[in-house]
Formats: sequence, C-alpha cells, structure tokens
Amino acid sequence: MKGIEGTADWAEAAVREHVPAAEAPSREEQVLERIERARRRKARVKEEHVTMAHGSGGKATQTLVEAVFLEAFHNPLLEPLEDGAVLDVGAARLAFTTDSYVVSPLFFPGGNIGDLAVNGTVNDLSVCGARPLYLSAGFVLEEGFPVEDLRRITASMAAAAAAAGVLIVTGDTKVVQRGKGDGCYVNTAGVGLLERPVTLGVAGARPGDAVLVSGPVGEHGVTIMLARGELDIEADLASDTAPLNGLAAALLDACAGAVRCLRDATRGGVATILNEIARASGVAVVVDEDAVPVRPSVRGACELLGIDPLYVACEGRMVAVVDGAAAGTALAALRAHPLGEGAALIGRLKDDPPGLVLLKTAFGGTRIVDLLVGDPLPRIC
Amino acid sequence: MRFVDEYRDAEKARALSAKIASLCEPGRSYKFMEVCGGHTHTIYKHGLEDYLPETITLVHGPGCPVCVIPMGRVDDAIHIAEQPDVIMTSFGDMMRVPGGRGSFFDSMAKGAAIRMVYSPLDALKVARQNPGKHVVFMAIGFETTAPSTAMTVLRAAAEGVGNFSIFCNHVTIIPAIKAILDSPDLRLDGFIGPGHVSTVIGCRPYEFIARDYGKPLVVAGFEPLDILQSIYMLLLQLAEGRCEVENQYARVVPWAGNLKALRVINEVMELRPYFEWRGLGFISHSALRVRQRYAAFDAEQIFEIPGGRVADPKACQCGEVLKGVLKPWECKVFGTACTPETPIGTCMVSSEGACAAYYNFGRFSRERVREATR
Repeated sequence: MKGIEGTADWAEAAVREHVPAAEAPSREEQVLERIERARRRKARVKEEHVTMAHGSGGKATQTLVEAVFLEAFHNPLLEPLEDGAVLDVGAARLAFTTDSYVVSPLFFPGGNIGDLAVNGTVNDLSVCGARPLYLSAGFVLEEGFPVEDLRRITASMAAAAAAAGVLIVTGDTKVVQRGKGDGCYVNTAGVGLLERPVTLGVAGARPGDAVLVSGPVGEHGVTIMLARGELDIEADLASDTAPLNGLAAALLDACAGAVRCLRDATRGGVATILNEIARASGVAVVVDEDAVPVRPSVRGACELLGIDPLYVACEGRMVAVVDGAAAGTALAALRAHPLGEGAALIGRLKDDPPGLVLLKTAFGGTRIVDLLVGDPLPRIC
Repeated sequence: MRFVDEYRDAEKARALSAKIASLCEPGRSYKFMEVCGGHTHTIYKHGLEDYLPETITLVHGPGCPVCVIPMGRVDDAIHIAEQPDVIMTSFGDMMRVPGGRGSFFDSMAKGAAIRMVYSPLDALKVARQNPGKHVVFMAIGFETTAPSTAMTVLRAAAEGVGNFSIFCNHVTIIPAIKAILDSPDLRLDGFIGPGHVSTVIGCRPYEFIARDYGKPLVVAGFEPLDILQSIYMLLLQLAEGRCEVENQYARVVPWAGNLKALRVINEVMELRPYFEWRGLGFISHSALRVRQRYAAFDAEQIFEIPGGRVADPKACQCGEVLKGVLKPWECKVFGTACTPETPIGTCMVSSEGACAAYYNFGRFSRERVREATR
C-alpha cells in the first residue's frame, strides 16, 4: 500500500453536527420521527460551489433557493415559492413570473428553445389562475451564433405568443464571448390578470382532495434526452410543449371554487410537484401508479435508463388538485379540451402521514416517492 | 409493455405470496440476502415487501457496484480528472459518489472535465472526437460490466486509439459473498443470487455456498415476480431439506455462463492480489486490473496515482448493514447525518444501495401507510 491513510473531513464534520453523542439506535418508528425532524430543519447549502444538481429542480435546488435566495429576498409575496407571484395593483390582481431557458439542444422534436420559453412563462401564469397578457424576452447570445438560428427561434416565439394570445412587449439582448455561453439562452418574464377570485397554491390542498394530471407525463424530458444523441435510442417522440392557458381556463370555468392548486409539471416532473404539495399542505398524497398516463415509448425509454417517468419534465402538462367531490367535473372539463384529452385522476390526498407522497405500485406494493437530490441519473446495469 | 408487464402482474404476485406464506414454518423467521443492488432497487421500487410475511427479512447485500468503491479510489479518479488535457468519463450513478474530497460533480464545479457516458464505447467515441485530449473511462462494476470495458479496450487497441485509457475498478462477486459468509456475526438462511453477473459467470461459481456453507442460493431475475418466485424457491428448498444452487432466471442465465465474455475479460484483465471495498475492507483476489500487455490503456500506469486510503467515518455502520447485522435505520447516522443529499456511507450513495433504497422508497411505518392506501 502506498500513500497514507486520510479521513474524509466533511463526513466527520457532518456526523458531529447531527448525532447526539450518546443516542443509541432505537425503534424504527422513533428513527423515522428523528429523520422527519432532521428534514424539517432549515435548509443549508453545504457545497462550496454550485453543482449541476442545484439546477435539477430537486432537493438541491430547493435548498439553494431557500438558503440563498429566500434568505436574501424574503418577503410575504415570495415566500410561498409558487410558479408566480400574485400582486394586488390598484383594483387588479396581477400574476407575475419569470423563467430562464438553457435547453440543449436548442432545437428538438416538437419545438425549440423559443416556443419553450414562451409556453413556459404562459404556463406559470396560467397555473396562478391568471390570463397571461404580456411577456418580456431577454436573449444571451454567444459570439458566432448563426443569425438564421436566431430567426428560427424568434419565429417560433412569435407563433407561440400568438397561439397563447400574449404579446411580447419588451426585451433585452446581450452577447457574450465565444465559449462563455451555449449558443443562446432565453429569459422570459410575464404578467397576467386574475379575473376570477381564486387563490391557488400548494399550501391549499386538503385531505379528501383529488389529484389530476392533464395528460401523459415525461414526454418533453425523454425527448430532450434522446435528442442529445448520447443514447442511441430511437423513439417516435416529441416534446409536449404547449400553452396551458386555455386548458387552465376551461378547468376554472367548470369548477373554479373546487380547484385548490395548479402546477405545470416541468423540471422534476409530477413527483416533485406532489412533494411540494404534500409538504406545503401537510397532507399525504397517495398516487395510483396504474392510473398515471405514460406513453409506451416514454415508458420504454425510462425502463432502459432506469429512471422513473414521474420525475421526468413535461412542458405542457399540469397537475391539478381539486376538491374530491368535484373530481368528475374537473376531469370531464380537462378531457373536453384538446390539450387535456389524456387527463387522468391519479391519486387522492389523505391526512396521514403528512408530507409524504406514497405510490401504490402497479405490482401491488407501496413505496415513497421522494424528492430527488439532483437529476435522475441513469443506472449502470 | 411486453416482456416487462408479465413479470409485474399483481394477481400472480398474490398467488405467489400465498404460497410463500404457506411454506413458512410457524414461529420461525427467515433472513435472505439479495446480493445484487439491482434486486434491492426492484424490491423497493415495486414495494415487494408488502407481499412477504413479517417473518421474512430481506437483507441487502454488497452487490451495488457504485457503493463498494472506496473513497480513496474516488479521490484517485478525481486526481486523474484534474490533470491537464484529460477528460474523465463515467456512468451516471458514479457522479455523486463522494470521496474524501468530494464527488465528480463537485470536481466538475471546480473545473475538471468530467462527462457522463452510457457505455465505455461512448467513452471511446469521446476519445476519437477529442484527439488533443486524453480520455479516461472510470470503469466500475462486477462481472456484468467488465466484458464491455474489456471489449472497449480491445477495440481501442485494434483501432490504434492512442488517447484512451481506463481507470479499472472492476470487482468480482464471489470473494465478496465469501467475505460475508465468513463473517462471524452473520445469520442468513439463503441467498437471492445476482442475475446479471450470472449471465456472465453462470451458476457454477456459487456451488461452494450450498456445499461448504450449507446455504441455498437461487439466481434471480430483476422483475418483482422473479424475486418473489426466488424467495418461494428458497423456502421450498428449506422446507424439503435441500440446499442447492438453482436458477430462476434461466430465460437469461445459462448454467455455464457466457464463455465468450469471460474470455474477453481474461484477455484484458487479471486479478489484483487485493482490493479495498467500502464497508467491507480489504478482500483478496476480489478485483481486476489491466494486464501488462494492455498497459497503454491503463490509467493507473499512465498517470501518477496518489493511492491514498481514506478511512470510512467511524460512525458509519455500512459494514454491518451490508452483512445484514443491522437494518439501515438501525445505523446511528442514518437519515440525519447520512442522507441521499449528503451520503456518508456506501449504502446511501446509489439508488441501489440498501440505505438509499430504504430512505427513498421505504422510509415509512407500514401500519400508517396501510391505513393511508386503503
């Protein structure tokens, strides 16, 4: 053996910090309680540098947002950490949101970074219960980026804006040196008007409520993974990117008073949203795996990669939590809309155990669906 | 989905579950170890334990290829990745595995060129595309993945690729099982044998387990019904007083293994005198290294490797968990200091590790959940 024996200082420090010196292992139930207490502790960023996991939408992102951004900016409007903020301006209630797009590749089956950027912000406003009105568009372009590609991107943005009935009314352009960006990054912000007296939010869910998704899950994420060309898997798949304002409005028209929460299931997928709801509302979410719509090609690709479609991003699907009594009405309203034909009732909320998402597996067993730390990583074998 | 859904049929599971219950002797409890991390993953992902009587305990074994890599080797790999003009390539689930000084992801954040690949052949592709760089593949895994690593070295040699090497951390399953069998505090009634490893090595290498240690072993497939059936087969052996190696996964695993794959491994690699396993310590003849004739593709011979050893933190009880002496939640740091966000021990590292699987999928009280899912 060469070299000297070392220790992992970070690990020893983590142990010192968390373990009460004399605590002996105890019954499983007590241990589970202790873990839940540890999970409720204030988030702290332990890393010295930002890693890719901080951008995944999972636990690492949540920690970064809460420990850095919320810490610095905290105010009652930001604190709910919804997809957008709802603001009282004069007599009007406005929804306001922003999102940056760094997708690679820029062009993929079913869309490109342009329509993604418009639809994403339209959707964030729609799930606040608002009618999206105006968007901004900011571009960070890398030196050498083909103008022709930029035209294609802006043409799709214009088309997506027209389809959603919004106007892009302000913008910004920056160019960075070659090598300092990935061709083209887009940021959009948006403003929408709340015309109904609804208050939607992840904290508003109650036991007895029903959980719906507006269509098959995971198509965007799997399409992007395959479009990167690293997998040598071919599938007939396209991104599900679409504006959800019409669908959200149809649902609210049918049963506005019964809708507790809408979220578009982007980064982190349906599983991440359900965890946010369980945690914020203090309820258990019980999902029936058999009921979750997943296209066979998405399921196949996920099987091969060893990832769970529940964690894969969608860009045109929303999760709706509605009063259990209105589940039928809500489902019918979603299915009557062209973007909601594949909608399904996937689960119910219970009071116990609070904060957990449970899955009744198709096989007939039960397991937890937790937040992932980072991106779902393909397994070796 | 064909060839998948048949093996996840809840009705068949209920029938098997009843047969399993009827084979259990009243008053007796059973402990079976599933050796392979893939099985651990299946058990938790599908909630398979709901079909087992409480007297059957599944112990999650050492067959998670990511979990057993010692911290010192991760540090060595990062050291290589930090060399100028090097691109390190790795399987996805290796990216978060912490060494003494952090993980591949941490190292990337500090500027090292590390890329995720899906197979060693992809790593070779990266080498061809980057002639000005030296591309290293972080080779890990049991006999399952060793053949594809060896094939890649052969192809690189045949094509004369001069800027590609592997950092070989391949391990072999039998010495690890033997180490567990030899551990004095072990109490197991049988083994659920690894499926994918056995497609390469076959079933014969396990015969000593039944013969010398008196433990039955059933090589099992990776779908939940495969595992339930294997448990049934183990119980049947015990009930009939037999102790044998049986093959439940015959649709994939040939009794004699895959000679071609074994030949390829043997051509490129040879046994190391000893290798450190996280949680289990040094085990002799338990890992592979690149043979001298392929030294040009061996990162250990190309680069100066620090070769330092990093001790597992004292509070970490992974060794006991791997041997089935402790349940994951019985470890002192489980779920508080050691979580999937900041894994300290080997078992919390990959989704196939015993602690990670329990934390991510099984961290609940069965009673409360039964109530909630009724």
